[in-house]
Order: sequence, then structure tokens, then C-alpha cells
Amino acid sequence: MNRIVIALISGILFGAGLVLSQMVNPQKVQGFLDLFGNWDPSLVLVMGGAVAVTLVSSRFILKRKTPIFADRFYMALKTNIDARLILGAVLFGTGWGLSGYCPGPGLINAMINPSEAIVFIPALIIGGWIGQKYSA
Amino acid sequence: MLESLPIEALYGGILIGLSAALLLAFNGRIAGISGILYNLLFNNLNNYDRGWRLAFLIGLFVGGYMLLPTDFALREGYSNILLILSGLAVGIGTRIGNGCTSGHGVCGIGLLAGRSIVATIVFMAAGIATVTIMRLSGLIG
Repeated sequence: MNRIVIALISGILFGAGLVLSQMVNPQKVQGFLDLFGNWDPSLVLVMGGAVAVTLVSSRFILKRKTPIFADRFYMALKTNIDARLILGAVLFGTGWGLSGYCPGPGLINAMINPSEAIVFIPALIIGGWIGQKYSA
Repeated sequence: MLESLPIEALYGGILIGLSAALLLAFNGRIAGISGILYNLLFNNLNNYDRGWRLAFLIGLFVGGYMLLPTDFALREGYSNILLILSGLAVGIGTRIGNGCTSGHGVCGIGLLAGRSIVATIVFMAAGIATVTIMRLSGLIG
């Protein structure tokens, strides 16, 4: 039960962060990706702020043998850089640019711009289902 | 340029980082939205593994809702074809590449995971290339 509450709070912080930072504004995201045009640098602060926190906190967290409420850390098992990783990242980045939505902001837009979310979210789920069929 | 650097972007980023730190420190889990979503939808999970993922996603909507309404102008009349292609590419790509902006970009880089650093550089480059091509071809303003 503790872990469910933690997950809920973590989700709340994440959702609030995405809206506060305007990551949920796809036009702003596309402006951020328009590096060679009318570049909007503000989302550097979002990634920078988030990574600054995870870089520092991870050092302390991983000094523990186990998480506070769980038996172990569930880290990614893969460490090799393979073609699937690169192909996946190319596809993801391309899709991110096409709409300005990555998964979290795409979901939250169900409450902000539902006329786009009703098209994007089903495609996101179908895409994940297709990707799953080709996952090792 | 400075007026387009709102401090809220930094605060929002810090909240996202805290979210990831909390989930890792207490539950030992990575706050990767694509992984959480697809494991919940497509994999057989026990009650706890389903429960925490569902709680996280419910929280995502609750946290977002708490800060609505947003003050930016909504995009109107965007191409449904682009939205569909985007959703499919993001879905396929994050599934076979094992992560998105959150899992690779925020959590993985924080853990100095080589795969995540490479994935983030590649998806940023692909996003920049895509938007550049779209602007040059007149698909976006």
C-alpha cells in the first residue's frame, strides 16, 4: 500500500511538472526542436532541471542496498547499445517532432486539447502494441 | 531570448526530477512513462505491478489537472495524418527502444546509463531533423 501511495504521489509530481513547464504545449516543444529556425530554448530548463535532480539524487539513492519500500532496484537489464535502441530512438524522435507530443504530454492533452488527444493517444497505443510484437 | 526563458520551466523540470527520485528511492522503479503505460496495457502483471503503474498514471492526470487551465493558445486545425503518424512512431519507437523522454532522458541520464545517453542524443537529433524538415517544407510555421 505504501508503494502505491508513492507511485501516486510520483505521478502527481510528474504531471504537475509537465504542465507547469509547458512540456504539454506541443507548439512550444516543436519550437524547442526547431534549433536551426526560431529556436525556443526554454525547454532546456525543463530537461536541465529534471536531470540535475536525478543526477544528484541517484548518487545518494543507489548507495542504499535496497529501496525504502521494495526488495531491490528494478533497473534496465540491457547495457549494450544495439540497433534496436538506435532504431527505436530515431522513430521516437521523429514522432516527437511530427506532433510535439511525447508519451506523458500526449496523455495529459486529453484534458487540454482533446480534439488532438483523441487522435494521438489511440495511435500511441497501437504503435506501442506493434512495437511490443517486435520486442525481444 | 531571455523573456522566453520562464522560470516555471525550471520549476517544472525540478518537479519531474523529484518525481523520478521519489519513485526510485522508495519503490526502486524507473519513472518512464512509455514503459509504465505499455507494461500496464500489454503485459500480464500481478496485482501490485498493475496497481503501482495505474496509480502513477492516475497521478499523472491528477497532477496535470491541478495546474489547469493552461494559459497558452491551443493549436487548432493540426493535421490528423501527422498526429496519427506521430503517435504510431512514438509508440513503436519507445517500445523497441525501451524508453522515452522520461525513462531515457530524465531517469537514465541521471543514472549515467550509456544506453539512455545514446538514446537521448539520437531522439533529440531525430526530433530536430524532423521539425527542421517540416518547417522548410511549410508543414509548420
